[in-house]
Amino acid sequence: MKKQKNIFNWQADRSKYPEKKKNGKLDIDMSSGKFVKLWQGPNHPGITGNMSLELTISGDEVVEAKTHVGYLHRGFEKLMERRLWIQCFPTCVRMCVAEPDYNEYLLAKSAEELSGIEIPEMAEWLRTLVLEMARLQSLLRTVPGQAGTLSLGVGVQWGVYLRDLVLDLFEELTGGRVYHMYIIPGGVRGLLPDGFKKRMEEVLKKIDEFVKNIENLMFNNIVFKKRTIGVGYIKPSWIDKYGIVGPNARAAGFKRDVRKDYPYLKYNELDFEVTSEKDSDIFARSMVRKKELIMTIDLIRQIMAKMPKKGDIKAPTPNVLHWKIPKGETYVRSESSRGEYGFYTVSDGSKTPRRINLRGPSYTHAISLLERMLVNANIADVHSIMVSLQTCPPEIER
Amino acid sequence: MAIKDILTPFTAWKKVFNEPVTIKDPFNDRPGAERYRGFHKNELQTCIGCGSCEEICENEAIDLVAVKGYETKNGDSGLRPMVDYGRCCWCALCVDVCTTGSLTLSNEYTWVAENPDEFRFVPGAENKAWDKNELGWKKPVPNYEFYGQKRVKMEELSPEERDHSFIEIIKGYSKEQAQLEADRCVECGICIATCPANMGIPEYIKAIREDDMEHGLKILYETNPLPEICGRICTHKCETVCSVGHRGEPLSIRWLKRYIADQVESAEYKRILGTDGIENNGKTVAIIGSGPAGLSAAHYLSLMGYKVTIYEQYAKAGGMMRYGIPEYRLPYDQIDKDINYILSLGVNIKYNTKIGKDISLAELRDKYDAVFAGTGLHLGRSTRIPGTDHEHVYQAIDLLNKITEGKEIHVAEKIVVIGGGNVAMDITRSLARLQNQKYGKVQIIATALESEENLPADVEEVIEAREEKAIINPGWGPQYIEIENGKIKGLHVNKCLSIFDEEGRFNPKFDENNKNFFEADMIVESIGQGMDIAYITEDIKSELEFGPRGRIVVDENFQSGAKWLFVGGDIIQGPDVIHGIANGHKAAYGIDNFLKNK
Repeated sequence: MKKQKNIFNWQADRSKYPEKKKNGKLDIDMSSGKFVKLWQGPNHPGITGNMSLELTISGDEVVEAKTHVGYLHRGFEKLMERRLWIQCFPTCVRMCVAEPDYNEYLLAKSAEELSGIEIPEMAEWLRTLVLEMARLQSLLRTVPGQAGTLSLGVGVQWGVYLRDLVLDLFEELTGGRVYHMYIIPGGVRGLLPDGFKKRMEEVLKKIDEFVKNIENLMFNNIVFKKRTIGVGYIKPSWIDKYGIVGPNARAAGFKRDVRKDYPYLKYNELDFEVTSEKDSDIFARSMVRKKELIMTIDLIRQIMAKMPKKGDIKAPTPNVLHWKIPKGETYVRSESSRGEYGFYTVSDGSKTPRRINLRGPSYTHAISLLERMLVNANIADVHSIMVSLQTCPPEIER
Repeated sequence: MAIKDILTPFTAWKKVFNEPVTIKDPFNDRPGAERYRGFHKNELQTCIGCGSCEEICENEAIDLVAVKGYETKNGDSGLRPMVDYGRCCWCALCVDVCTTGSLTLSNEYTWVAENPDEFRFVPGAENKAWDKNELGWKKPVPNYEFYGQKRVKMEELSPEERDHSFIEIIKGYSKEQAQLEADRCVECGICIATCPANMGIPEYIKAIREDDMEHGLKILYETNPLPEICGRICTHKCETVCSVGHRGEPLSIRWLKRYIADQVESAEYKRILGTDGIENNGKTVAIIGSGPAGLSAAHYLSLMGYKVTIYEQYAKAGGMMRYGIPEYRLPYDQIDKDINYILSLGVNIKYNTKIGKDISLAELRDKYDAVFAGTGLHLGRSTRIPGTDHEHVYQAIDLLNKITEGKEIHVAEKIVVIGGGNVAMDITRSLARLQNQKYGKVQIIATALESEENLPADVEEVIEAREEKAIINPGWGPQYIEIENGKIKGLHVNKCLSIFDEEGRFNPKFDENNKNFFEADMIVESIGQGMDIAYITEDIKSELEFGPRGRIVVDENFQSGAKWLFVGGDIIQGPDVIHGIANGHKAAYGIDNFLKNK
């Protein structure tokens, strides 16, 4: 064992690293005294919802990681197979607490696509607005949240305050703060309240200010840079191999965005550029999210300017109490703040869905990718890497 | 490493001088937004307990329970929603689907209670602090509906197409139209309780949605053996209470029933309804009159194995349905379709046999195990004003009868009809057609004591009569018929001020200064019909009990004081077809019980 010279010139002790067996698997012998099992979670402030990591560490380095889920008792996909289509609408939002609106939109879109219903223009604009507001409130927590994992809590407090202001707007528009239950099959559930545009602008101005402050606090911060640049690297070759989407892929130089590549709702009438970075580390992912926050603010301003003054908000649908959706299957997708978020929906022509399968980014990000990324990571960086992938455990065990 | 990166984070310190955004304020409430989905409110007076909220709730958080002060009545189940806040997720689908609009959410969101059971409550019944909150979630804007509010329009002959002939006016729904209309049903079942025959309405409407006509027909025949007839001329009390009608137009339940019956060929009936090979139980029942009550009783009795014989005074079966209702509303072939099926069950019918003339009631009593009388209201009532004894003053019911029989009737160039009920409209419209055929124009006036808005006739009857160029001029009381040289000149009327006196008795008041004169060569009286129960001889009468207006008193099984005699139909309840059918059905079970225990 080498002796460490001093703390500034620290070198990892490689002598304890597991050797590989002939079949390529790691030779981890727990009785050797070289390895320790460390459980992180299931309760952890760094993640929304409950998920745990079973880490095998050697020294302060992770040699093997395993993601465990199952702490939430949910099974919403299965529950929906027993519910009327309309009853799935309050159920599906719970598949991702952080951004429930994408679930609402995708369920509605699936039902509309399978039944051949076209929704009114006004409803399309309102849906676009709500989806961008959902992204805004999500990013307001995630962007400073990355610094939060490195014990820089002040940004989180600013973000949470502003997120609450966005939730106030949600409350005005949809009647709910967290579960908005606004995008209903056939349209939406309400017009913009009086003076909404003005209040939205007031909040957006505050968020503009926040972006400047967070720039100084996080991105020009020596500690943040030291802890994130070069840490949590995702090889560009992994992007397609692991099915990595959203900001995680964009930070590796892949300009992929469902809003641009497969425009839905009113996105083809909005002016925006897909953001990207090259370095593919935690810092780059944070940068992508910050740029997206700026872009979302701009998109909301564009939407508010283009929003029609009045119009129908819901297309006529069959009686929801016995709405039978024609036999068929469809895959619909949208870009959530975590990446491509899709519903694969199958209807057998009955009153209830035969199968609704969610393709969420968290499943691949938090299980296969995270398990790979954590190998050789320092245990102090584990939660930072985890948060940089922006996973949502409820979406894994839907 | 840049020195800037060390210093800039410290700019966050400038926020130290900002006012804090979160402050501890336990005393002031922050009210929820205008649309906030908070605690439930319910206007119990408006709510009808239809249960749509219970149906749509994905968490099964809503149960309908009995609430003190609200009784079950027509159009109101008497139940009100109870919400369990251990289950509710405040999605407000219950509010959006509410058929009456009584259920809303307030913007209140804090509620502290020690007893967890308190959170299961009946909104509106427990005087909650938020019951008077104006703000909160309401059904959003027009055109935001969970089910169709407008009826699928029924196609009918235009006035020009129909005013010369007796061809049926209503064309009936196509499959697409029927399914679209059936889709609007919320399956609350409020209609079942109101329908005198308690038909399984939501169930047969569901059969239309699923395009299962055989199942639909089975449901119809469970409670109503005259679906073709009822599907055309029922007084549809179900539609009056339909919960969908509270904010939109009620379902066309009657036309949907007709749709099912129209889809099935009469040859298929026995197979679908499984009525081949009914075993005879050796007991016999006589039925007087082949109207809805008699036919209904005959149908259900023969299904139970009784040998049924109907005695009918006219040459054809159907009673008032055939001899009172004009063909353009109820074509004879449709009457025959329903009746022929009932006769095919082994029901024997003796036409042109009037009880009391050709055979006595006592004979029936001796010959059969039980007798059911559904003899209806066939006696026209007269206004008894001066001039009604003229030969060209007719009773509507007699004329309708003759039109059915195909006999020649006197049709004058100018006619006045006295009466504002459905029979008055029937005769007005029938005579208008005959005037058109004879003179090529319509000159007929129907007048009634009742004002326009209180006319007893169905609104659509009045509208259609006017479309056919008949004049409906209500609100006049007939005074006398002017006759000159033995010919009718017309009817003198005074404006009617009120019909009933303070005690609710029929005692019309007229305005002597507001007179009118309707020119006519022929007058038709249609102010209601009376019953002719002369066939009940004195010795049998002594066993019976009579109630107000000479009606025979019967028990809930329509059994009279003379235990062998059951009475139903217009002479007991109604007058309308569906009451007759319901009476006949219940009487059939009454007779069965009576004969089993005899």
